[in-house]
Amino acid sequence: MKLKLRIWRQADADAKGRMVAYELDEVSEDASFLEMLDVLNERLISEGEDPVAFDHDCREGICGACSLVIDGQPHGPQAATTTCQLHMRKFRDGDSIDIEPWRAGAFPVIKDLVVDRSAFDRIIQAGGYISAPTGTAPDAHAVPIPKQDADAAFSAAACIGCGACVAACPNGSGMLFMGAKVAHLGLTPQGQPERATRVLGMVAAHDEAGFGGCTNTGECAAACPKEIGLDVIGRLNRDFRKAAARAA
Amino acid sequence: MSTDLQPRTAATAAKRAQAARKPWRSNIGLKIAMAVSGVLMVLFIIVHMAGNLHIFEGREEMNAYAAGLRSFGEPLLPHESLLWVLRIGLIASIAVHIWTGIVLSARAHHARPVKYAHRHKNRGESRNAYLNMRFGGIVIFLFVIWHLLDLTWRTVNPVKDVHDAYGAVVAAFDPSRWPVTVFYLLALTALGIHLRHGIWSAVQTIAGPDTKWRKRTQAIALAVAVIIVAGFAIVPLSVTFGLVS
Repeated sequence: MKLKLRIWRQADADAKGRMVAYELDEVSEDASFLEMLDVLNERLISEGEDPVAFDHDCREGICGACSLVIDGQPHGPQAATTTCQLHMRKFRDGDSIDIEPWRAGAFPVIKDLVVDRSAFDRIIQAGGYISAPTGTAPDAHAVPIPKQDADAAFSAAACIGCGACVAACPNGSGMLFMGAKVAHLGLTPQGQPERATRVLGMVAAHDEAGFGGCTNTGECAAACPKEIGLDVIGRLNRDFRKAAARAA
Repeated sequence: MSTDLQPRTAATAAKRAQAARKPWRSNIGLKIAMAVSGVLMVLFIIVHMAGNLHIFEGREEMNAYAAGLRSFGEPLLPHESLLWVLRIGLIASIAVHIWTGIVLSARAHHARPVKYAHRHKNRGESRNAYLNMRFGGIVIFLFVIWHLLDLTWRTVNPVKDVHDAYGAVVAAFDPSRWPVTVFYLLALTALGIHLRHGIWSAVQTIAGPDTKWRKRTQAIALAVAVIIVAGFAIVPLSVTFGLVS
């Protein structure tokens, strides 16, 4: 299949970027989206040009490294799918495809399609952990957890921290990411000791990084490749309100 | 090239660090203040809408209701004490609602400094709410100013007698003043859209319901918005079409 691509090219963090057009012939419809970009990059390298920089790692949809806003949608048009798991058969011969980086003040572009997502790491450092005694691992069934809670915690734990929620949010907010972590850790007994300090710390780190607030438009949940829902934002709000009332 | 996220200036970094120490100044803290002030105004607006329906009982009943609001609690309470409680509560709610709206909108603007070249249609649960709330809010605010000039202070209303609420309403929506009625109905539409999102969004911010209750809240918000819009719209429409005169 033939494709017309428009890709955001930006030499470095301080450079002014722009959309650059490329044409690709003979793209296999069995190729993944990233493999299609690999083909483009091989051609660019052979022509002596700078290849397009983009993030990727496991290429099996679980690491959260790949990003790319494809035709205005983080991770592209297919629901519940990361960019690496998106295949070219989802597109048609002759299609024009626009590829941009995540856009958020807290995720500055490093080069081309690669953004700095360390703001998420700072949110995790501020509260995305539990205190555990050292020693041998306890038996898995030593602390009983209701099935419903375990399932909800596991659904929230499916978050791979890719940042598609921030990229989709018109306010550049990281609330879905934070909510997923607060739900994942706060639904289990192991996460209770830090429950209040976790939410206050994470929210402070989130705001300090320059993420915006939540207007409950739901763009984040629609873009999430792991289908995390707005209920985690509700839980985040609730935990925050209780913790802030106690801290005041 | 540095991969560290550098705050724009030392001043904004210091400001952010300061804000982080005060949880109620955070995005969620401001959103809770916005939600609580919004809920107070929704409660007021329901009472206001129900009170308006006295117009269908005729001039005397309507004006008696208006007078009753002023003399509520007399002689135990001073004249207009209920009205002043409502006025102070409303002014405080409006101030908090608008202030948090401006601060959060400004932060959201900084959080997305570069727009996407390819704009895709929104697909969220409450799509375009961020635009509807901000621009609809401005329309509602302008309407409230007009509304006070027209039916409270009577600056632009031909009926100057404060005690003749019935006459002022009939004069306000006279067929010859049709642009006023059209503006009123447009502002009501903006209010309905604002409430349909605002009510469930406030519940999400304050109470944080699970998925099942979020869906129920959204349905309740839509129902309340429709009832409020219908309850307010029926008065000017009845006057314009001669059912009340």
